Amino acid sequence: MLKQAIARLGNRTLQGVGRIGFAVRFFVAIMLHSGTAFRRFGLTIREMYFSGVQSLVIILVSGLFVGMVLGLQGYETLQTYGAEESLGILVALSLVRELGPVVAALLFASRAGSAITAEIGLMKATEQLSAMEMMAVDPIARVVAPRFWAGVISMPLLAALFSAMGIFGGYLVGVQLIGVDEGAFWSQMQSAVDFEQDILNGVIKSVVFGIAITTIALFEGYDAPPTAEGVSGATTRTVVTSSLAVLALDFVLTAFMFRGLS
Amino acid sequence: MNKTILDLWVGLFVIVGIAALLFLTLKVGSMNTVNNSDSYEVVARFENIGGLKTRAPVKSAGVVVGRVVDVRFDNEMYEAAVTLRLDKRYAFPKDTSAAIMTSGLLGEQYIGLEAGGDSVKLKDKDRIMITQDAVVLENLIGQFLYGNAQEGAPK
Amino acid sequence: MQHDNLVEIEDVAFDYGARPVLKGINLTARRGQVIAIMGSSGCGKTTLLRLIGGQIKPGQGTVRVAGESLGELNQAGLYRLRRKMGMLFQFGALFTDMSVFDNVAFQLREHSDLPEDAIHDMVLMKLHAVGLRGASQLMPAELSGGMARRVALARAIALDPQLVMYDEPFAGLDPISLGVTGNLIRRLTDTLGLTSILVTHDVQESLKIVDYVYFVSEGVIVAEGTADDIRASDLPYVHQFVHGEAEGPVTFHYPAAPYVEDLRLGGQSA
Repeated sequence: MLKQAIARLGNRTLQGVGRIGFAVRFFVAIMLHSGTAFRRFGLTIREMYFSGVQSLVIILVSGLFVGMVLGLQGYETLQTYGAEESLGILVALSLVRELGPVVAALLFASRAGSAITAEIGLMKATEQLSAMEMMAVDPIARVVAPRFWAGVISMPLLAALFSAMGIFGGYLVGVQLIGVDEGAFWSQMQSAVDFEQDILNGVIKSVVFGIAITTIALFEGYDAPPTAEGVSGATTRTVVTSSLAVLALDFVLTAFMFRGLS
Repeated sequence: MNKTILDLWVGLFVIVGIAALLFLTLKVGSMNTVNNSDSYEVVARFENIGGLKTRAPVKSAGVVVGRVVDVRFDNEMYEAAVTLRLDKRYAFPKDTSAAIMTSGLLGEQYIGLEAGGDSVKLKDKDRIMITQDAVVLENLIGQFLYGNAQEGAPK
Repeated sequence: MQHDNLVEIEDVAFDYGARPVLKGINLTARRGQVIAIMGSSGCGKTTLLRLIGGQIKPGQGTVRVAGESLGELNQAGLYRLRRKMGMLFQFGALFTDMSVFDNVAFQLREHSDLPEDAIHDMVLMKLHAVGLRGASQLMPAELSGGMARRVALARAIALDPQLVMYDEPFAGLDPISLGVTGNLIRRLTDTLGLTSILVTHDVQESLKIVDYVYFVSEGVIVAEGTADDIRASDLPYVHQFVHGEAEGPVTFHYPAAPYVEDLRLGGQSA
């Protein structure tokens, strides 16, 4: 019994490793075939509409609410130290460094990532990808690569919009609602948030997240078994795997970027 | 989906996204990292730098005039050598003093420059001779207790 | 170089992992012929189509199309050869995010620099050939099964290929659509000078239109001949297939333990 269990575990691990290997080869294939995505930029723009523009609503609304909550919660805590005027710093740094890139990435993974997986999985199940191959059009160049670059370009824009809306939300709650001094709010923020350190790092993070999420979404869709359960399982896996990947990468990047401060 | 409408929406998306980035860069952040071309470096030595870190601001009269770019330990003189990068627009006399100050009660530490009276100015690679160490809380408490004990003793 | 045989399959074997699917197949298709590959489900028919299309490589043997051996081609060469082929998938496999017109125009737009006006006319001509010129602005979701397959056929012949392959073209169609499809396949083959290879298990429809039939069973070709040869054949497998008999070489019962032993009540259950 134990032998069987170990054998099965070993099998599953080997399969998992094999999948990771396949995923890496897939990523390299996307890179090599990206020429079409840029030469026929219209394809990429079309995908940017479906991944980026259609995620705008959830990103903007979530950003606003997160910023407003930061304003409320931050004020409560800062008040005990008599440091309410630092509310701007709290809201801005939390958003720009962490919450903007990470939460926007998680939302993007669930909305756009799952949609991409379902779409590609369904195209595979209905033999559309095979048909394309038989018509001498490489599906990786025509279908996969444009979606990849659309995701990578959209992600930092969405993260920036999330952060901007969040800061606005924090301003609404802090200055307009609670009454923190408006001048102090903005001026303290400006002196504490550094372009290179905070904003640029946030942008780099969101680009990395974009690459991770889009690759995982495309891979799961491409590799999905061509059945209904196969596609639904792949969609779930996309959301779970890319969310975990985002959080893990966030830790690695943060440790790497912000170690100079201590 | 009509191609023109699509392009319109995506264009709008990109413009708004870049606008958000610009907002963050200009209104939220500060681009006052002094870079190499318009700055000069001077060194100041301290016996105790307290909690001073690299990238801490260098201020004079409360205005940021530069950044701390390097903090090193000199193993021969057993003191700290701090490199300051100052904006070229601001020239300081050779006898300027550098002190480690704390912003607010619990705040970050920064370097405060107080200009001297010398007509010769500091140049690149010069050294600030007059320095004042960071205030160490334990020493302060010790001084206070010792001072009190002294007052109280001959009674 | 004019080859009389457009497709030549010599001594080909193919395994799916450990399971042998095809063993020692020999098959030729001449220009202008309609060939049918028949056999029950899972006998390897679709595998043959994929071998001809170059989607998989044979474990041994050679597959030659228009004189070129597929095993020796790199991806660029394979793509070049595929422009001379068209493939009709079982349920059409139309691109669901494009209209009927855009589907048929796909290959023209990808592989040629023709101006939109020329493409427009060519698309309408192909749609006219399959009788769906009026449906050019519909989306695939709005088409019936038979119509979708006809659009897929128009798409397959968009670049005037030399070879068209059909994967189960008759599966699931109503009697009218069956007749229409069979008719179309024969007519297009004759007027455009194509070679058509059908993979099917619809005996009645295909025997009406084919020139030559190959019967595949358990990975080998068990019978071949013209439609009349097949109808008259007295090989047990062919006979059972053509006449739809319940019992023959292909048994009704899936292999199981003896009936009496399987039952719980009565019998010798312990």
